[in-house]
Amino acid sequence: MTTLDQLRPGQFGQIVRIDGFDGIASRLREMGFIPGESVQFLRTAPLGDPMKCSVQGSRIAVRNGEARRVFIEPIAAPVS
Amino acid sequence: MANSAETSSTPRTSKDTISNSAAPLPVVSSPTARGRVFRVALVGNPNTGKSTLFNALAGMNVRTGNYPGVTIEKKVGRCSVGDYSIELVDLPGTYSMAPRSPDEMVAVEVLTGEAANEPPVDVIVCVVNSTLLQRNLFLVSQIVELGKPTILALNMTDAAEARGLAIDVEKLSENLGVGAVPTSASRRTGIDELKAEIKTQLDRVANGRAAATDRERPLPKQFYAVCNELRAELVQRACTTESLNERNCSRTMIPDQYLIERMLLDRGGEAERRAIRRLGAAVLPAIAQAREKLASTCGDPTELECGARYAWAAKHLDGVVSRTKAKPRNATDWLDAILTHRVAGMISFFAIMFLIFQCIYSFSQFPMDLIDGATGLVADAITSIIPPGMLRSLLVDGVIAGVGGVLIFLPQIALLFFFLAVLEDCGYMSRAAFIVDRAMTIFGLSGKSFLPLMSSFACAVPGVMATRVIENRRDRFATIMVAPLMSCSARLPVYLLLIGAFVPATGVLGGWLSAQPLVLMAMYFVGVAVAIPVAWLLKKTLLRGEVAPFVLELPEYKIPSARVVFSRVWEAVREFVVRAGTMIFAASILIWFAGFWPGDHSRQFELQTQIEQLEVADVTTLDAAELEALHVEYRHVSSLLLTNSTLGKVGHAIEPIVRPLGWDWRIGVGAVASFPAREVIISTLGTIYSLGGEVDEQDDGLVAAMRASTWPDGRPVFTIPTALSIMVFFALCAQCVSTLLVIKRETNSWFWPVLSFSYMTVLAYVGAFATYQVGSRLF
Repeated sequence: MTTLDQLRPGQFGQIVRIDGFDGIASRLREMGFIPGESVQFLRTAPLGDPMKCSVQGSRIAVRNGEARRVFIEPIAAPVS
Repeated sequence: MANSAETSSTPRTSKDTISNSAAPLPVVSSPTARGRVFRVALVGNPNTGKSTLFNALAGMNVRTGNYPGVTIEKKVGRCSVGDYSIELVDLPGTYSMAPRSPDEMVAVEVLTGEAANEPPVDVIVCVVNSTLLQRNLFLVSQIVELGKPTILALNMTDAAEARGLAIDVEKLSENLGVGAVPTSASRRTGIDELKAEIKTQLDRVANGRAAATDRERPLPKQFYAVCNELRAELVQRACTTESLNERNCSRTMIPDQYLIERMLLDRGGEAERRAIRRLGAAVLPAIAQAREKLASTCGDPTELECGARYAWAAKHLDGVVSRTKAKPRNATDWLDAILTHRVAGMISFFAIMFLIFQCIYSFSQFPMDLIDGATGLVADAITSIIPPGMLRSLLVDGVIAGVGGVLIFLPQIALLFFFLAVLEDCGYMSRAAFIVDRAMTIFGLSGKSFLPLMSSFACAVPGVMATRVIENRRDRFATIMVAPLMSCSARLPVYLLLIGAFVPATGVLGGWLSAQPLVLMAMYFVGVAVAIPVAWLLKKTLLRGEVAPFVLELPEYKIPSARVVFSRVWEAVREFVVRAGTMIFAASILIWFAGFWPGDHSRQFELQTQIEQLEVADVTTLDAAELEALHVEYRHVSSLLLTNSTLGKVGHAIEPIVRPLGWDWRIGVGAVASFPAREVIISTLGTIYSLGGEVDEQDDGLVAAMRASTWPDGRPVFTIPTALSIMVFFALCAQCVSTLLVIKRETNSWFWPVLSFSYMTVLAYVGAFATYQVGSRLF
């Protein structure tokens, strides 16, 4: 198990859990980061932070620090 | 009023029942259901095209008072559907109905009908993005729980089709138990169908059959049971502590069902905070106990909610969405590969920003000349009709010199708002936030501060209001405090006037660059350069705390909607014209009066009449000398009158304070008089020079008068260091009542506007002083 910020561009992961119960964690959950869902790392911003990823069909920018709260299992292709 | 037959045949609505017992109701509730105004609220995630749909429904009947920018402010529009007249409420875009701040709570209260001074909402239209149904149904699951008549507007159906998605609308409607209508607000399809569905729902409301159907609730039964227990306990507590009878206290102190649920689900959320405020910290153990109970039966409340709602969404979407063709290659990711690329992304970011300022500068020249010509024609017309006297002085020296001098900047404001609206609507604005976030974190802000700060280059008022997209209070307040440092469009007139008059149009660096735009850019840079340490300092002192979240949706790129762009520009233009027509108009008259009174103007008017008579007649050599003598006397009389007027006395009194900045008393008066709004300095200077007889009709107006203005010893007042010192002062000062008032409203405290005004005024004075002192030694 690793965290979202550790993926390489283009790589997929399946969400295992989100760390914490504060505003950031709730926002991540509301925006579709929930256990079982697949997430794809797309690219990092020009200055290295934040990063762009895709979850539930939408593109979401999260900071690397926030991506570290998303625990994932790297997978080859998205789960349908 | 309706006739009696209709009244008796119409079933009594709940409003009627209330009106029997309570105080008289506002006029909206006439005895017939058809006579009252129904309220329909629009809710939805950001980037669902909700604003476009709102515009399509309400047309131009949007109530004024809201500033352009994003749909942060609650907008209210009017429209009619069938015989019903409707008040359409546009709520801010949100991902969830879990309020974490007082602002988010307002939206919830409007929907639950708890909001103060707001009649309850009759029908909720939930706008969803058809391409992201699953994510959007999270919010829908919270909306349907409110038990109100609800309609689902499946917006952006054209985008879904283009992606090869087919949506079985009927099945979705059946699954959810709410009416669903496919729409495309940008192509204006489905609008009539949506109106028909609103009418159907209103028919039921009007006939008293609005009770919600028994929809399936998303969370497990145990959750609702725990909620009921918590509610019972809170009622008991409140009643024993306050010794009120149960009916009374539960009505005033106990939140409604939805807020009890939120209290349980959101740790540290607004519902919990409100309960503590109303019922005391003693409620916390009760809430904690209820959460524990829930955790032991079905898991942690926060995880429970998200899991249950997404499961609910998946279940209701089962068999609704099918793919008609293979997913086409998406242009958004392709564009992002360039626009957010390490090198190309940075280059395009700066190129776009540069292009915008370049366009504002060059495109506005022609319309500005037109407005200038038009004001000149009006002034000439008045001069030829009205004989010299107090009325003509008021109109020409006060109103036209004042308001006309400000109206000329309308084209630039329209252009700036045009570009902001285009960037926002095409989806680039969130990419800009993505690109600059890392840099903004260095001085304690985030990429989300970019849009408010960028908008502040147009006007700090919508900029400060746009800070509502920043969830974190400390980040938001820091952004609010530095937003007025961004050079707004009200400063632009000041810069343009002074640069045009005193900065030579010569080329620098071998003629590649012109000095005038360079000075303008430097003025914009001054504000930004000062904002960085100010924000950093605030985040280290008054607004200390941990770093706030970012998490930002990057919507698909799209062609900006002409309608949305046009309506934002129109609102900005209207706002500016209203300002010029009211506040600046009033300020102009006040300044004119202060410069006119006290004093005996009879000799001045006499001279003016003589001059005009000579000018109309054929001018011979003899007359020319006489005319010149009259002009000289006229200027002398006018200048004496102005010096002895109220304005002149105040100006001379403050001159010692502004002398170190290189200013004479006229500029000092201008700076003081422009406290309500920065651009007033131009109208004030216009009035001062016009009253002082220094603006001749043959002259090039204000610019010529300023160039000719001298100190008593004959040296020119306006040198390059003085012009720069004025510009730096206006770049940094907080001379804008509207901004200070909006800061008061947004922070809900006088502390922040007072702090804002104090620190900016000190910085402005110090900055102007340093500029003049250094500048006058260099030039």
